[in-house]
Amino acid sequence: MFLDALTFQLGYNASLVGLGAALLGVAAGATGTFLFLRKRALVSDAISHATLPGVALAFIAMSLAGFDGRNLGILLAGSAVSAAAGLIAVQWLSSQTRLSEDAAIGAVLSVFFGFGIVLLTVIQNMATSGQAGLEGLLLGSTAGMLFSDAVLIAAGGAAALALVLVFRRPMTIASFDPGYARSAGIDVGRTDLIMMGLVMGVTVIGLKVVGLILIVALLIIPPVAARFWTERADRVALIAGGIGGVSGWVGAAISASTPNLPTGPIIVLTAFGLFCASLLFAPARGLVAAGFRHRRFQRGVHIRQGLLSLAQGHPIYEPLTIRLLTAERLARADGVATDDGRARAARALRDETRWQVARRTPEFELAAARYDGLTQIEDVLTPDQIAQIDAQIGPPKGVPA
Amino acid sequence: MSGADFVPFSLVPLLIGCLAAVACALPGNFLILRRQALIGDAISHVVLPGIVMAFLVTGTIAAIPMLIGAAAAALIAVAAIEGIRRFGRIEPGAAMGVVFTSMFAAGVLILELSDTSGVHLDVEHALYGNLESLIWLDATGWASLTDPVALAGLPPELGRIAVVALLIVALLALFWRPLAISTFDEGFAATLGLPVGAIGLGLVIVSAIAAVAAFDAVGSIIVIAMFICPPAAARLVTDRLVHQVLWSVAFALISAVLGYVLAGYGPLWLGFGNSVSAAGMIATVSGVILALTAIAGPKRRRI
Repeated sequence: MFLDALTFQLGYNASLVGLGAALLGVAAGATGTFLFLRKRALVSDAISHATLPGVALAFIAMSLAGFDGRNLGILLAGSAVSAAAGLIAVQWLSSQTRLSEDAAIGAVLSVFFGFGIVLLTVIQNMATSGQAGLEGLLLGSTAGMLFSDAVLIAAGGAAALALVLVFRRPMTIASFDPGYARSAGIDVGRTDLIMMGLVMGVTVIGLKVVGLILIVALLIIPPVAARFWTERADRVALIAGGIGGVSGWVGAAISASTPNLPTGPIIVLTAFGLFCASLLFAPARGLVAAGFRHRRFQRGVHIRQGLLSLAQGHPIYEPLTIRLLTAERLARADGVATDDGRARAARALRDETRWQVARRTPEFELAAARYDGLTQIEDVLTPDQIAQIDAQIGPPKGVPA
Repeated sequence: MSGADFVPFSLVPLLIGCLAAVACALPGNFLILRRQALIGDAISHVVLPGIVMAFLVTGTIAAIPMLIGAAAAALIAVAAIEGIRRFGRIEPGAAMGVVFTSMFAAGVLILELSDTSGVHLDVEHALYGNLESLIWLDATGWASLTDPVALAGLPPELGRIAVVALLIVALLALFWRPLAISTFDEGFAATLGLPVGAIGLGLVIVSAIAAVAAFDAVGSIIVIAMFICPPAAARLVTDRLVHQVLWSVAFALISAVLGYVLAGYGPLWLGFGNSVSAAGMIATVSGVILALTAIAGPKRRRI
């Protein structure tokens, strides 16, 4: 069943929903990247919660006019209007009053959501049909979706993605360096508007699939996960799109094969799983790689310091140093150097002495700045320069046994 | 409105609403000043998985396990946010967004997967609470306030939120100076030898306790609104911290009373039969107050 859903074998509607969720995920991940780089990720939280009153008002208006209140297109249009109002309120509060942006975000999201809840209870009292569809917008539900809804979601996801592709350059520049963007002739205000418009679009399309409480996760988690894999903005957007797309696709498939589960949480948890994998296993910034790097560095320092102690006949008290030296067969467990160890110790001491001389000599000032206790001097200076240093030191001396 | 109507049906929800609003608004003042306003948002989301897990472990809806579960979830969330921020070098807002949405999603999923049909625990309840249902059936009128038999039948939520509100007031009075100093100038506080890290964590824990106790009675939406709106409105009225805290309490009380009354009786005045969500209306009123102060508050501008 799950595999059928993954390979789009579960009928036309489910396939469209899966495709729509995947497109939505790609669009959300790519859009969220710019929001994340602009350090305004949580603005999307305010926008998504602010959709609720618009949805409810649209429903009430349609019911009063005598139509079926479940028309997804009109509900989404209503949600876009109130999301825009919420966004304007955040901008106004944080620019015109002394409140910081986070306070403005929190105020807008709670007040708009609270007002939406009031309107939802009004709808419950109106005794009209089709209210169940509104509850589905809180946490997302793809079960029993109409064909027209699925088309709307798929088309909306594709449109959002196309817009991201068109505007990726100005959005990248504006999110990294607004000042440079301005001097390069990019209208930063308008670019921000496009970015926020895209966030709103993704939120509105995502209402039905992910739900308004969790859509923000699809805008935040994929970029944060993607950031672990690369240092380049365009690749972050690309990878974030991929992570979002996979989350949407897998999440929709799981939800399609187990109809009682709300779609939103499954999509979000899939994204979170990918985030955890990135946090742990990404090559440059991942925790595992960082752990290995740290171990290697620690090992290098201990062996170097241990060799210097052996060379100068000092006793070694640090158990880790002794362990590492014995493992390399440079010393015995009682801290006495082996033949191999004595040779390496002599070389380490020579290297250290050369560094001392180099750091005293103004001529080598630039190279000497690279002294960190681990780098070999041969990596920094030429053989001629080393010979010049050696002339000051004199010939090699034996190491006391 | 006669006492025979008011005392059993409205007095207790009104009191709980006021206490919850004040309990959240007090720590909210410091969260706003520290630019940590969204911690309240994050906490109120992660309370859900904590409560669901506590229910699955104990099998009952009891106050103490839920409180422990929610507090544990809040601590896990704070630790996870801090971990992602530090080890992943991710900005705090995004780290928060990752953690609280994922934990909330996990809470919803566990709730849907487990059999909670026998008890009153669902996502809607978690979001907007059930203030209206906290009625005092044993009361017959104002005289019941002195009647020990009737008092024994008070909803337990009232006692819990009252204890938490008192605890928060006491902690605030006790730690006022260190809290104020470390909020305005962390570096100066550290040179005085104050444990700034512990103070910051303590504030988050107190906020979590307020959130959990209020969540129990009124749902997470009021919690977020009360953490942020009354203190933010108070911030636009005055420059002095003491005044700001007092104003925020006043705004919280006005929101709770006016919101409850509008939700319960407003639709009747307009000729409709049923009341609307009190939690939602309280949040809405607090938003209106914030909007008014943002338009006309004497200290609304940045200096």
